[in-house]
Amino acid sequence: MSKLTDLTIASALTGLENKDFTAVELAQAHIDAMAEQSNLNAFITETPDIALKQAEASDKRRASGDAGALDGIPLAIKDLFCTNGVQTTAGSHILEGFIPQYESTVTQKLFDDGAVMLGKTNLDEFAMGSSNTTSYYGNVINPWKRDGDDTDLTPGGSSGGSAAAVAAKICMGATGTDTGGSIRQPASFCGITGIKPTYGRCSRWGTVAFASSLDQAGTFARTVEDNALLLRSMSGHDPKDSTSANKDVPDFLAALTGDIKGKVIGIPKEYRVDGMPEEISALWQRGIKWLESAGATTIEVSLPHTHYALATYYVIAPAEASSNLARYDGVRFGHRAKEDDLTDMYEITRAEGFGDEVKRRIMIGTYALSSGYYDAYYIKAQKVRRLISQDFLSAFEKCDALLTPTAPSAAFAIGENEDDPIKMYLNDVFTVPASLAGLPGISIPAGVDSQGLPLGLQVIGRPWDEETVLKVAGVVENLAQFTYVPQTVKKAAA
Amino acid sequence: MSLDKESVKKVASLARIRMSDEELERMMPQLSKIIGFVEQLAEVNTDNVEPLANVVDITPELRKDVVNDGDCADKVLKNAPEEIQGYFVVPKVVE
Repeated sequence: MSKLTDLTIASALTGLENKDFTAVELAQAHIDAMAEQSNLNAFITETPDIALKQAEASDKRRASGDAGALDGIPLAIKDLFCTNGVQTTAGSHILEGFIPQYESTVTQKLFDDGAVMLGKTNLDEFAMGSSNTTSYYGNVINPWKRDGDDTDLTPGGSSGGSAAAVAAKICMGATGTDTGGSIRQPASFCGITGIKPTYGRCSRWGTVAFASSLDQAGTFARTVEDNALLLRSMSGHDPKDSTSANKDVPDFLAALTGDIKGKVIGIPKEYRVDGMPEEISALWQRGIKWLESAGATTIEVSLPHTHYALATYYVIAPAEASSNLARYDGVRFGHRAKEDDLTDMYEITRAEGFGDEVKRRIMIGTYALSSGYYDAYYIKAQKVRRLISQDFLSAFEKCDALLTPTAPSAAFAIGENEDDPIKMYLNDVFTVPASLAGLPGISIPAGVDSQGLPLGLQVIGRPWDEETVLKVAGVVENLAQFTYVPQTVKKAAA
Repeated sequence: MSLDKESVKKVASLARIRMSDEELERMMPQLSKIIGFVEQLAEVNTDNVEPLANVVDITPELRKDVVNDGDCADKVLKNAPEEIQGYFVVPKVVE
């Protein structure tokens, strides 16, 4: 029998049902993998005791015929989701030691379906970053290396720990959040699949807020089917989040028919950006051919305001962040500087508690919202956001989904792109527009570059149409036959 | 547009983040660069375009105006940096 950590979620569920192994054995195999690969720094808090306790309860439920849809499946939880009684840091010093007294809706739903929690994964501080290098708890190391080169690479960000843990086979799946690409870009960098559903599909209640009009929870796993399984459990209306949609959750699994005959796939011409590496254009071209060979038609579409998406994002996201992060004042929870004067206490608490990237974004946001600049920056950005959203809706009058590269490069070395914030922001050039429009998007590993690093393709769909996104992604997965394995996993197997 | 040190200092104070002179100097070119980058939005014609605040077609529901939580002061205070007898403690505000 293959190792338990090699299984997909779907096959593990079958194995558990057939009594090939127990949930406790499955949890233990992953706890061992977590210990063996602790050098990746994928976790901020490991919770093996909770995992074993949950796995024992799962085995009992299964024995009495009460198993849920994810019963006994070991998952990692991004440390942005509040977990009752388990430290939740958002990757920030200011929340070090914060123990939520409530459970986020997303994690509660996963636990209600029987999922097992291995721990809380590392991330960019408050999910602000594309490399997982802004975490107060250290960098996450990508399990992939360039061929013949031991340089440590970033797993992407902000959900870098979740993506690395899934790629390294420490967990079977993980939660992430995506504000401008924080699920799709790390999925691409780590050679796994990750989906951000439509804004409003999952409740944001109990998730540490970054930019409330953009933040959306989603999933990581090693197959499209596993993502569909996880997403089905996480989705749904929540009265505690007024922006969560009161819509029925479709059976995402049923969408994976492999049949895309007659579907029209749009290829946005503005995504052919200057300086795109040849390997990425070639991979995109291969993806187009795959979909055509499966019976879809591809057409060129135009999203004319794409060029302005990053600038729009870097007004709206920091503006919302500066407002959301005002709550970290040292009074009710989190770090407090010991000062006798109230203003000193606020200012020094925040100076000590936040890292550089978070401070930069709070200040950009504060500036954009300040008197005299509000209309010129914030309202202007909201207007351009509408134009970007309308671009997509017009394109979807002619096509059912879009195919694009996920990121403009493969994983880069830790420390690269740090000299210039704008250079780092460019990582999200293909993911930010769909975030601004609230659309569902998935990244599927589709090939490797000349150095052996994974590259992802992105499928973007209409609002509330995760089914088509998953269906098309399933076809890409099937034709890409991505069977590459990260070096750290190969080494562990040797 | 580039921000001078006084403007950066003012923003830091509005954001309640204490910054040393050295930090203000370091932050100044970085913020100027980002502001310069986002200023390209001025090129876009947005005449007669309504600002977009709510991206999807859902109307937030109003909940009934009733108490639906409470009686959990211990939980609320659990993570307080300092508390006394069921209250948060803060530095003296009024002399």
